[in-house]
Amino acid sequence: MDILVCVKRVPDSAENEISVAAGGADIHRDDLVYSVNEWDNYAVEEAIQITERLGGTVTVVSLGDSEAEEVVRREMAMGAGQGLLLVDGAFTGSDGLGIATILKAAVQKGRYDLILTGAQADDGGGQVGGMLAALLDWPFASLVNRIDVNEGKPLRIGREIEGGAQEVSDIETPCVLSIQTGINEPRYVGIRGIRKVASVEIPVLDATALGVETASVGSAGAKVRRVDYFVPVAGAGAEMLTGSTDELAGKLLDLLKAKGGIK
Amino acid sequence: MSDAKVFILVTHADGKADDSAFELAAASGRLFPGASTTALVVGSGVDAVCQEVATVFGEVWKFDQAALAYPNAELLRPLLVKVLPAGSRVLLAHNTFGLDLGPGLSVKLGAAYVPDVVGAEGLDGATLKVIRQEFAGQVSAHVACDISKGAVVSVRPGAFKPEPSGATGGPVVDRSTEATGLSARRSFVEVISAEAGDIDITKEDVLVSVGRGIGEQENLALVEALAEAMGAGLSCSRPIVDAKWLEKPRQVGTSGQTVKPKVYLALGISGSFQHMGGIKGNPFMIAVNKNPKAPIFQVASVGVVADLLELVPALTEKIKKGK
Ligand SMILES: Cc1cc2nc3c(=O)[nH]c(=O)nc-3n(C[C@H](O)[C@H](O)[C@H](O)COP(=O)(O)OP(=O)(O)OC[C@H]3O[C@@H](n4cnc5c(N)ncnc54)[C@H](O)[C@@H]3O)c2cc1C
Ligand SMILES: Nc1ncnc2c1ncn2[C@@H]1O[C@H](COP(=O)(O)O)[C@@H](O)[C@H]1O
Repeated sequence: MDILVCVKRVPDSAENEISVAAGGADIHRDDLVYSVNEWDNYAVEEAIQITERLGGTVTVVSLGDSEAEEVVRREMAMGAGQGLLLVDGAFTGSDGLGIATILKAAVQKGRYDLILTGAQADDGGGQVGGMLAALLDWPFASLVNRIDVNEGKPLRIGREIEGGAQEVSDIETPCVLSIQTGINEPRYVGIRGIRKVASVEIPVLDATALGVETASVGSAGAKVRRVDYFVPVAGAGAEMLTGSTDELAGKLLDLLKAKGGIK
Repeated sequence: MSDAKVFILVTHADGKADDSAFELAAASGRLFPGASTTALVVGSGVDAVCQEVATVFGEVWKFDQAALAYPNAELLRPLLVKVLPAGSRVLLAHNTFGLDLGPGLSVKLGAAYVPDVVGAEGLDGATLKVIRQEFAGQVSAHVACDISKGAVVSVRPGAFKPEPSGATGGPVVDRSTEATGLSARRSFVEVISAEAGDIDITKEDVLVSVGRGIGEQENLALVEALAEAMGAGLSCSRPIVDAKWLEKPRQVGTSGQTVKPKVYLALGISGSFQHMGGIKGNPFMIAVNKNPKAPIFQVASVGVVADLLELVPALTEKIKKGK
């Protein structure tokens, strides 16, 4: 099975304090720690596990600036054989549909049986996978937390639905699946692994190479566009406690006692 | 196109509409003031659902077919593309069904897709202005969308409170015969319900809940000791379960358990809407987080900006001494 996995380089929201830069045009980008989008890491691991069992190839593709190479290399170090970078100034400002349009062009440059995306990325849209499937006219399933491959038959997949229940379906290939965290345990990649793939050639394709009409992507083609970032006026907000560790512990003890938090 | 209709997709289970149906009715009033609303109810044996939602929408379109008994987004999408007029504005919930259906639907309708909307800013001709959140809720964004060719808007559950709609209760129009001959390359097999563990966090009055901020598996012992000293139940956010550090039945959130404690102590949890969606009954919530921008501070009763690895052992000591 030949699998394409879409990965995005994002500011790691668990590691960073994200704040709005002057005027709201952007967030403060200096000193941000970037990493591969959490969900995409599970998607790459799943693709590698499938090909380890059944053969085939894994290609990792990322659309971004030149820095996106770093995450593609990291995912290749996990065991993806090929990488692909989609970089062009004209892609800046793309909305979800723009990104899906560019990814579609990349898909059509190769031959894949299966495309995996993450369930969502840093702007929380959860949209690119479903749009890519619709553009390709391939079937789609979101929030996939199980994939069983039976040669010659449709894939049997599980989708995570509310309350942690699992909806099981059969889906024909080629198809697009968006992957939910917890489907597997992504392998660790150390410095040595990354060094091993450091000199592997990663093709970089721009709009011309992809045959993408620049008017249909980037800010030129975007129907949905961010006007600015802002910090919402907090409602009541939490009452913030201050003091030394010992003082804080004392205050929390009193509060917990008062509210019936200690039995 | 200011008079374009708004269509609201109703999700339902066991003959009852999901809460989101009433939230979407409210969202429609805020996003598209004055527009007429049509609820779309798709399924098998849905008369009761149609009656229930007819009270808050201008009209209800019923698509009742045995083949639609389970809501397979891949089957529904071509049906909606067939029946919705050009330029329609479609509202759906940003839940597991909306995520499955919405993005592809917008492509097939040629409409803009506006995901996970939390607020309305106004409609100016064909420009819809909304509020979204990015970076796990740490910052908000104003977003402008060209909806001249229609829009599919997914609305965050809980973001719009149901309100009296002003609609007087509309007719139910049976359009079931249009929902025939549908086929999809994805077919439903079964639903496997969540494993029930011997742990039941839903019955606990006091929960100590731990998130990714705990850092390492070894540090969990600190939180376990605190929960024990307090006599509280131990729960967690999703990454802790994904890492297999705690069992799935301890996960609070939309894809885990719904809890109703009186006191909720959140340690190293950022406050994603999927996590907060599992906490009901407005508990007294204390949040400990080292990031002053963590969204949980917007909803907690009391907040502490601190390293939980220092504060938790100190608190455990105090409780043991104070007993
Ligand atoms: C369809 C879907 C369903 C989901 N369902 C659920 C669900 O049911 N439940 C759920 O929880 N999530 C769910 N999620 C995931 C959710 O989107 C978030 O990713 C998740 O809730 C984040 O968990 P967290 O707050 O523990 O981690 P993070 O968001 O990474 O936050 C960790 C926090 O710890 C703080 N921190 C770090 N170190 C320290 C320290 N030493 N001391 C104090 N604070 C520290 C950080 O500042 C940060 O705020 C779902 C996602 C999707 C897409
Ligand atoms: N710039 C990008 N490059 C590659 N894949 C992307 C990009 N943006 C989004 N994706 C894929 O789409 C998924 C969902 O992202 P989103 O729709 O932005 O929430 C991500 O998990 C990725 O798999």
